[in-house]
This record gives sequence, structure tokens and C-alpha cells, in this order.
Amino acid sequence: MKTIHRLLAAAAGVIALAAPAALAAGEYKKPEEHTWSFEGPFGTFDQAELQRGFQVYNQVCSACHGLNYLSIRHMGMEGGPFYTEGVAPNDNPALQAIAAEMRPIEDGPDDFGDMFERERRVTDPFPSPYENEQMARSANGGAYPPDLSVIVKARKGGTEYIRSLLLGYDQEPPEDLDIRTGNYYNPYMSGQVIAMPPQLYEGIVEYEDGTEATPEQMAHDIAAFLTWTSEPHMDARKRMGLMVMIYLLILCGLLYWSYRQIWSKVEH
Amino acid sequence: MSGPSTYKPSTGFEKWLDERLPIVRLGWDSFVDFPTPRNLNYWYTFGGILTVCLMVQILTGIVLAMHYVPHVDMAFASVERIDRDVNFGWLLRNIHAVGASMFFLAVYMHIFRGLYYGSYKAPRELLWILGVVIYLLMMAAAFLGYVLPWGQMSFWGATVITELFGALPLIGGPVTEWLWGGFSVGNATLNRFFSLHYLIPFLIAGVVGLHIWALHVPGNNNPTGLTAKTSNDTLPFHPYYTVKDGFAIVVFLVIFAFFVFYWPDALGHADNYIEADPLVTPAHIVPEWYLLPFYAILRAVPDKLGGVILMFGAIGVLFILPWLDTSRVRSMRYRPVAKWFFAFFVVACLGLGWAGAELPDNKVPVLGAIGVDFLLLGRVLTLYYFAYFLVILPVLGFVEKPKPRPASIEADVLGSKKSGDAAAPAGAPAE
Repeated sequence: MKTIHRLLAAAAGVIALAAPAALAAGEYKKPEEHTWSFEGPFGTFDQAELQRGFQVYNQVCSACHGLNYLSIRHMGMEGGPFYTEGVAPNDNPALQAIAAEMRPIEDGPDDFGDMFERERRVTDPFPSPYENEQMARSANGGAYPPDLSVIVKARKGGTEYIRSLLLGYDQEPPEDLDIRTGNYYNPYMSGQVIAMPPQLYEGIVEYEDGTEATPEQMAHDIAAFLTWTSEPHMDARKRMGLMVMIYLLILCGLLYWSYRQIWSKVEH
Repeated sequence: MSGPSTYKPSTGFEKWLDERLPIVRLGWDSFVDFPTPRNLNYWYTFGGILTVCLMVQILTGIVLAMHYVPHVDMAFASVERIDRDVNFGWLLRNIHAVGASMFFLAVYMHIFRGLYYGSYKAPRELLWILGVVIYLLMMAAAFLGYVLPWGQMSFWGATVITELFGALPLIGGPVTEWLWGGFSVGNATLNRFFSLHYLIPFLIAGVVGLHIWALHVPGNNNPTGLTAKTSNDTLPFHPYYTVKDGFAIVVFLVIFAFFVFYWPDALGHADNYIEADPLVTPAHIVPEWYLLPFYAILRAVPDKLGGVILMFGAIGVLFILPWLDTSRVRSMRYRPVAKWFFAFFVVACLGLGWAGAELPDNKVPVLGAIGVDFLLLGRVLTLYYFAYFLVILPVLGFVEKPKPRPASIEADVLGSKKSGDAAAPAGAPAE
């Protein structure tokens, strides 16, 4: 209760102070609407888009952000960016090549009790950019780059928030907002100040499939990829949902018909 | 209402069993031949729906517990692992999480139905009280379960709720530490919460058994509130209500499945996908939607202990409701004034939920123009919540003039022509 009161007082203070500003501190801009292949009850992930998104993650984001809850093999599961029909994720050649190029992993202890480094395998987790939170903070001016495994589910606005945030660096900050060196104005961020510098410059990635890597394209692709990492079973969920709905609606009809039959002989 | 048993053992084995353990007879008398008022509407199907909800939660929960790790360093990761790597783990977790909300949705319908048709009145006082016990246990189970994924809302929700006990005079501090198993919410807390979260559903199942037992002695109430007197007032439970309940259960499952498959995170909070961090307080700590009205009542009082007392009082008052309502007429169908107070009571509960979800200083839309913030809204509605039970229902029983009631359930069902002749004079105890 003490916590609630403290919190409420703090939140109330923030709101009261910032009320006259167009976009009060602590508030943030609603993410921009955008169209996605995986929207709606029948939408599915677009594999080419996910592959491009992975490329953006691998070449840009992974320098500071981890994917702690994912293994490389996950990308070869059904619905994943490198899924190939009939190929088990662990045997997927594209993933084996990706794993081999990533940072080696520490394994062990061996028979002599020593830890050793070896090439990363498909079954290993994604490499973490930092050993621990302290190292991450010291490398980023005190800010801690969050893990991206479930980021889309962990932020209000989800996929559209990620895309808007990555493209939202070009706007004029309000005059009364105090932005310290090393921080940036971004209206989509809660509090409107972000420690992450803008990342998606024209040509920072050269897409393997030849798509032009405009900032808009990259923001779209990485947002799609992070939606997949947050919920890799989304395609399966919607597919099963359709079957379950059809089944339940038929059962519903049958039961209603039975109900009418059985009750037809009695006044009620 | 349960008359002599009509069960006839048909095979040699059934006869042998019936003389030793008449369990088939119990099932027959309770769920096949059981005389049930013939006029039950769809509001009466939520009992069956709730039974399904409890079974779904227990079955999915047992499997989830096989994969979940109750440790502060591994709990969040183990939930992610259930989502990603356990076969159909994503499905089980969605069902279990959405199922909690569905359970509460159904129980609120069930409770409001009981309030409207006077199902708490004699001779069903114990039935009602057992129901309130189930509701309390459900809230405990839901709160404990929400802590297990060890996200930000799990941790901070647990902190806020356990700190409430600190408001108790003298023993507050020691009790809170005893609950935590330490000096803050930590690994010991998570472990015991997991243990209790696994225990409570089985306690609920036990009390549900008593609840059904207590239902089957006086029999179902019904929309007229009249007591079933002759066999013309009732129908056997099977097939009439098995098929009606079955239909309602499947309609409910359609809504359930919609959330599980198409909108699984709609009823949760995004912050709970951020791993718990004792050093970072979320901007706005809120409980799950089904506990928001009580959160609003808690915040309505400027004093910590007062808020806690009022919050628990909001549930406590339900225990004595059978003796607070002084009207001799059960169903509000025949109570022209009470019906309106009831309608506003439902609105007040929804409004309290809204007030609980918003920051107290935020202005209420429209009413904000005249200076009404959510704290004031919460206070006014809290006042009404208690007034409904402590003032309105006790007084209304004496001053309200009930409408004439039909002579029997049968008369009501067969239409106004017959019931017109046989209607009991207004105000006379028909029950």
C-alpha cells in the first residue's frame, strides 16, 4: 500500500506538471498504423520478410540486444524464417551456416576439467552481446538494451510500436523537454527520451534477396521478425483456431437442434 | 426437493454395487432424475459452465506444472520455454491464462444471477455462503497464479497485495514477513505461492462438492423465486437440462476459443512479459481485470488499514447477505423498486472496475468537466456498493410493495390466463 501511494503520488505529479504540453512527459505518441501479412485471423508470417528481418537483427541489433530465449534451431521450425519442408531444424543447412558464422560458444568442462570454446551449433542459443547487465550498462552509458525475445508482447502497441520507434527519430522535440547528451528524442518511447541512437540508416544492411534496404523496409522487416520471435507458433495457433471454431460451431448447431427437439414436448 | 430415489439397478453387478456403495444411485438421483424447475433460463447455465472452467484449469494446470520451474532465476524462462519448446505448450498456457478470465466472467454472471433472483434467501443461505467461499478461493488462486510467470506485474502485484497485511496493527510486520518467507517478495515467496496455487483448486473442487450438495437439498431456485411444489413444476435434469447446459457450455467455449486462438494476450498486461526486476517499479501497477473493483474500493479510503478493511468487507458483506435482505419475495421479477437498485448495483460494479483501472487523479470522461476524477467516482460507487447491501436491501423489504406472483411455477409457465386466477395476493408470502 505504501508502494501504491508513492507510485500514485509520483504519477499524479508527473501528469499535473506536464498537463499543458501537447505531449506531456510520461506520455507518448500512438504508434503509426501499418499493414502486416500476419494481421487478422488468417494472416501468416511472410518467410522472405522474416529472413530479411533476421538479417537486420544479425547485422545491426545483435550488437547490443540479445535473443536469450531463442536457439538458432527455432528459426527452422514450421513458420520460422528458415523453415524448409521435410528438413528437421537441426539439419537445416542455412541455419548451420548461420550458426558457424556466429561467435563461438564456451562449452565444458572437458575430461581434464577445462572449459573450452567451440563453434556454435544450430542447437545452441543465440549469442548474448554482453556477459551480464553491468557490462551492458557500462557499454551503453548506463542504459540497458532490453532482450528482444518477447519485446513485441512486452510493449503496448506491439509490432507497430517497434516499427514506429525505429523510424521515430526525425521529429522535433518540444522546447521544454530536457534531453541529456547521449539521449535522443523519440515521441513513441514512453517518456519520449531514448538512449538508443538511430540505427536504420540507408544502406546499413545489404539484403541478400536484393530488396532495397530503405529505413522503412528495414523497420518493417525487423518488426515482423521480432513479432515472430515473440510468438513463433502464431501460424499454428491461427490454423488450429479455425479448425476448433468450425468444430465448435457445428457442435453448437447440433446441440441447439437437440435442445429444440427435446424441449418441444414441454411448456417452459 | 429430492424425493425417494427412483433408481432401479438393472444388472446383477449394479445390484451388487448398490448394496455396498450406492454411487450409481447417487449419480442417478443427482444428475439424471433430479427434479429441476421447468422454467430455468440461460442465466442458470453458468453453474455447469463453471464446472467446466474448473476442470479445464485443473487439467491444463497439472500439465503446465510439469514444465514450470518455481525459481526466481528460471520461472520467466521456463514459461517462455513452455511457449516455444513444449509440445502444444503455447496452447496449454493460452488456455490456462485465458481460462482464468473466463472463469471469473462466468462466476460474475452466476453471482449476479443469484443476486437478482434472490437465490441467497432461505432455505439456500448455506448454498450461497459456500459459493462466496468458492469465490474467495478463486481470487486467491488467481492472484497466486498471476505471480508464477515472474513478470513485472507478477512481482509488483505480489508486493502490493502482501504489503496490505502490513496494515494490521501490531502483527502486520511479522505476518507480512511470514507470508514472504523473508524480508521482501523473493524465491521463498515464489515457492510457497506455487505450492498454494496447486493446492487451492482442489480445495475449490471440494467446496464445489458441498455447494452442489447444498443445492440438491432445497433444489434449484428459479426465475419466479417460487418453491417447486408438485411434479408439474419440475422436469428431470436429464435430458432437459443436460442438453440446455450442454448447448450453453459450447456457446461459452466459442467465446473462450476466440480469445485462446485469436486474442490470447488481450486480457493480460504487456508488462508481464518483462522479467521481474525488484529495482524497477512499473509506472502503473494494476491487478487483473477481475480484481479491479476491489482495487478501486481499496484506494477509495485515504487510510491504509481502512482501505484493507473495506476491501475485505466488500466480500465479507456477501456472507451475511441472506440476513440483510428483509424482503419475503425472492425474485426481483416481482420487486419493482429493488430491480432498479439492482440494475444500478451492476453498473456500480462495472464502474468500480473502470475506476480501478485508471489513475485516481485522471478525470472521468464527460464528468471530468465538473471536476469528477476516478478517485471520486470510486468513492461514490464504493458508497453505493455498501449501501446496496447494508441500507437498501434491509429497508426495501419493509417499504416495497411487491407485484402479484403466480400461484406456481406451472401457472407461470402456462401463461397469464391461469396464473391470473390463482395469483397470490400481493405481499403474502408465496414461498
